[in-house]
Amino acid sequence: MTRSLDLLELAARPAPGQQAPPTLPFVGLDTLWLQVTGTVCNIACTHCFITCGPKNLSHPFMELAHVRALLADARDLGVKEYYFTGGEPFLHPDIFTFIEETLAQGPLNILTNGILIDDAVAARLGALFAAGPYTLDLRVSLDGTSPKENDPIRGKGTFDKILAGGEQLLKHGINPVWTVTTVLAESGDAEGFARFKAILAERGFDRPRLKFIPPFKIGREERRGGGYGEHDLLVEGDLFEGEEHALQCGSCRMVTAKGVYPCPILIEVPAARMGDQLADALIPIKLDHPACTTCHVEGFSCRT
Amino acid sequence: MSDLERIAVFGGVYNNHLSLQAVLADARQQGAQRIYCLGDVGGFGPHPDRSVPILIEQDVLTMQGNYDDSIGNRLDDCQCGYTDPRDNHFAQISYNYTLAHTSDPHKDWLRDLPAGFRLEFAGQRLLFAHGSPRRVNEFLWESTTPEPFIRRLLRDFDADLIAVTHTGIHWQRRLADAPGRGLVNVGAIGRPANDGRTDVWYALLTASDPIQVEFRPVAYDHPRLAAEMREEGLPEEFVETILTGWWTTCLEILPARERARSRD
Repeated sequence: MTRSLDLLELAARPAPGQQAPPTLPFVGLDTLWLQVTGTVCNIACTHCFITCGPKNLSHPFMELAHVRALLADARDLGVKEYYFTGGEPFLHPDIFTFIEETLAQGPLNILTNGILIDDAVAARLGALFAAGPYTLDLRVSLDGTSPKENDPIRGKGTFDKILAGGEQLLKHGINPVWTVTTVLAESGDAEGFARFKAILAERGFDRPRLKFIPPFKIGREERRGGGYGEHDLLVEGDLFEGEEHALQCGSCRMVTAKGVYPCPILIEVPAARMGDQLADALIPIKLDHPACTTCHVEGFSCRT
Repeated sequence: MSDLERIAVFGGVYNNHLSLQAVLADARQQGAQRIYCLGDVGGFGPHPDRSVPILIEQDVLTMQGNYDDSIGNRLDDCQCGYTDPRDNHFAQISYNYTLAHTSDPHKDWLRDLPAGFRLEFAGQRLLFAHGSPRRVNEFLWESTTPEPFIRRLLRDFDADLIAVTHTGIHWQRRLADAPGRGLVNVGAIGRPANDGRTDVWYALLTASDPIQVEFRPVAYDHPRLAAEMREEGLPEEFVETILTGWWTTCLEILPARERARSRD
């Protein structure tokens, strides 16, 4: 559901920068995100909000000892679900150790571009999906219904490679969630939805799962599509009652090799860093970044 | 100390007055001294005004689910927590039907139901909630409710064993180092458990150490329910679920693991 700010009300009140941002209560750590491969990716999408690519070492790979320590903390805190992202998680040499040890204590979602998912990788994932007590979801990013739409965004030849990765998953019993960033605005409307369903059906996905994500106007996306405007700041009173249950940052934290952040979107914002340890970050946050308006206005959650 | 030896716990009546009667008969036959309903009396099935009198007359200790809160307070939707447009479409059909066919006294009864129950049973602290103790419409599925999270709920809500419903599929998970403690989702008696069987399921708890939880399948006159649903003009998709045991709606909310066990 999309909520819209009242433009007349916006025009009448003081500029957002002069007003205090809203504080979002923290309801407990339900969701733990791990930036397992930092900002290192095998592709460099034009809309990437953290400017990932083969040469971006801003956030490096996470080490096994760090991940294990986090899993121990998460167990004590009673975390409900886990997410791995990057960069491209399957670039990490220890990725299957991460996956197996995480799945032993909770459900896991992995955000991937699918390009590295060959028959062998998919077979291992399929076996893990079938065997453990907790569910495993793969989110595969795809930004168009043809190479012509997708490849200018995600890179030459990626359309076919992404779909091939998804097909390998399906072959091994995993129905992935296709994640579409609506750089092409029409991707997210009813007609766009139908077009995605049609091309996926042609490839054997008879009950396709799709998630649409609004572009966040930071990182490389700021250069591609423009940044946030001066009114794109939330102020006290903007949040609706109980919004801490709807916004993911009310119950999640993101950990990278460099520290703990409130959410997956803001890891390249130095001021957003909350500390070294999860224990430092289990507190309310101020929604003072322009990107916070995207989640609030769009009613968006990074959850699968 | 409580001298209770056996209690029955169910949820999700969903207007299925026929399965409700069958479950109550089975529970009494099994020696249940008390019977608890964890909410969601309405939705999905026919004749909303038939289930409430049964619950009252048979002394079923009933708590409020999200559906009961919505119907009782005459809200616009069921607060079920679905995210998929098709799921919401069918949920709204059920809801509009149930709201229109529930009498005012029954709405008031649903509005005034308690939000949960606590009791001591076999020396253990039992807590009954609808979705979860922290949120009425939280979905607690088997594949997405890990043991560490259950420990957290038990700790936060001072309980040894928590029983919930809301998802419609029964399961339980006990703590590895303390099998008397854990979480039980009693499933729903209003529609099948998406397992290809037309039976519905409830939980029978027997005082022992640890407490024994038996999920019991109950057969009922489901062809008659299907006929009543058709007479009432309810969607054929719902009728199909009653006749086949497979869900045809609310599928998108299922985690991948539970969805993989579905028919479609």
